[in-house]
Amino acid sequence: MARFTAEAGSARLFWLRGGRLATGLVSLAVTLLGLLAFTFTLSHLSPVDPVLQIAGDHASESTYAQVRSELGLDQPLLMQFWHYLTHLAHGDLGISRLTNSPVASDLLRTFPATIELATCSMIFGAFFGIVLALVAAWKPGSLVDNLARLVSLLGYSVPVFWLGLLGLLLFYAVLHWSAGPGRLDDIWIYTLEPKTGLVLIDSWLSGDPEMFRNAVAHLWLPVVVLGLLAMAGITRLLRAALLEESSKEYVTLARAKGASRGRILLLHVFPNVRGTLITVLALSYATLLEGSVLTETVFAWPGVGRYMTTALFASDTPAILGSTLLIGGCFILLNALADALTYLTDPRTR
Amino acid sequence: MTQNLTDLELAAPRRRRRPRVTSLAIGGTLVAILLLAALFAPLLAPFDPNAQIISARLLPPSSAHWLGTDGFGRDLLSRVIYGSRPTLLLVSLILLLTIPVGMLVGICAGYLGGWTERVLMRITDIFLSLPNLVIALALVAMLGPGLLNGALALALTSWPPFARQARAETLALRRSDYLAAARMQGINGLRLMFGHILPLCLPSAVVRAALSLGGIILSAAGLGFLGMGVQPPTAEWGSMVAEGSKVIFDQWWVAAAPGGAILFASLAFNLTGDGLRDRLDTRNAN
Repeated sequence: MARFTAEAGSARLFWLRGGRLATGLVSLAVTLLGLLAFTFTLSHLSPVDPVLQIAGDHASESTYAQVRSELGLDQPLLMQFWHYLTHLAHGDLGISRLTNSPVASDLLRTFPATIELATCSMIFGAFFGIVLALVAAWKPGSLVDNLARLVSLLGYSVPVFWLGLLGLLLFYAVLHWSAGPGRLDDIWIYTLEPKTGLVLIDSWLSGDPEMFRNAVAHLWLPVVVLGLLAMAGITRLLRAALLEESSKEYVTLARAKGASRGRILLLHVFPNVRGTLITVLALSYATLLEGSVLTETVFAWPGVGRYMTTALFASDTPAILGSTLLIGGCFILLNALADALTYLTDPRTR
Repeated sequence: MTQNLTDLELAAPRRRRRPRVTSLAIGGTLVAILLLAALFAPLLAPFDPNAQIISARLLPPSSAHWLGTDGFGRDLLSRVIYGSRPTLLLVSLILLLTIPVGMLVGICAGYLGGWTERVLMRITDIFLSLPNLVIALALVAMLGPGLLNGALALALTSWPPFARQARAETLALRRSDYLAAARMQGINGLRLMFGHILPLCLPSAVVRAALSLGGIILSAAGLGFLGMGVQPPTAEWGSMVAEGSKVIFDQWWVAAAPGGAILFASLAFNLTGDGLRDRLDTRNAN
């Protein structure tokens, strides 16, 4: 009898999980559809008339009507949205007016640079953020704790493009520690074979240690600037979570049994905030992808962010909407991933 | 989050409470300075912010021009002081747009429940998971740059936190005795929602506003930096940094001064928000 109930229980748990997964996937799909509806609406808000762009300013009324129907603009909005979706499903994001090539291939070309910058910043920010939060939570109210709070507050409030400019001024123009804007010096930029699109790996594969060193010299400053942004957020939220967890009774018990503060923090409290940690890391990564728009502009880093801002100045609608979709899509996926990971690692949310 | 910090505050040793209260004091002072600067800009600014003196281009900081001059020979201190105006105007516009919308959605969702709640909260979640700056950039690129469009674009992704908070508070209030008492007196529907629930949700909305203002200021400055905010020659901090970035290696002060002002404003609101949140939570805990 008991076994039977246990089996029924696990079966129910299975369905619950399956239901949870389905709900999660449906809500992810709805959110992505919302983003698509947004970009679709935007393409209709654009002051540039796509018909005039093709037919020219002096087209006759019949030519105008013909081009309009060829573009499908005379159909009901819902049909147009459907066409928009089917085009997207085929990877067709339109042609960029600026580069004269398909937006999809432009994005594929620029995306690795953004990923490289954001990932390196994430590693920097996560490492120092976690260390700083642990040190702060080790002795709350101490000098180190106050310092950690000040650093995270400043990191939270500083405009990242300004920090990047000042960094360039100090480390590139004055101290010459950084190789400055761009991914490589001019002598290497044309000889580099783009195999993966990641400059660190490509220059390593080229077998030229000078080139790799140059890539690192270019990369480290934007990584640190963007990483400080991530570090601030991670320190702030993780410190709060650690302190909250430290106030629980099992910590008092462990203290009473003679365990040291450091041991409790590292072996008992830290593993218990992993749910928060995962969420914070996923959300920071999403923020970094967005923050790269400003950072890439300052450091002339040839990623999606810079592609988008150049398109902004040229009012290149397909390119703007394409990059919005890409960054927005990544943002949404990372948000969903954070939810899923929290669910998987924290039994309390089940 | 709010709840967590309540526990945190209770558990923390007493001496830790002190710097928390001062963070509100410091933040409040900084915000007051900012407001006064915007209000009395014509009295405080030593020069006309738009007066171009070509012979005085790119002067370093001196006793006449405390923060130096920019590429058109305009006094940077005056421009930084005047720059607080569009920033604060933008921020107030965003608050005027987001708080009412967010609270309306949140209170309706929390009070009505059922399908209304599900649909409303789903919409809220969609907007919550959109990247703030990128969406704003795309919207402004289509609508055209400017103060009003910038505010609209940033407001579009800024209202969901208000809705979520208002819903959570409404849910907690729904079972309270005084709402039951109000209902027994025949107060129902809209009057109950906006006469009795709304005032109780307002304090936390104010705290949420202060907390999100720092981020909104940074996004607004980012818009300005990319040339999608208030258009020149109006003094705006973000676009001033962009102008200064052209001469950053030789005349660093042109970009440094307005960027410092952005940091100042964002810091002021973040400190105020942190301080207010702790204040409100301790009071609720008692």
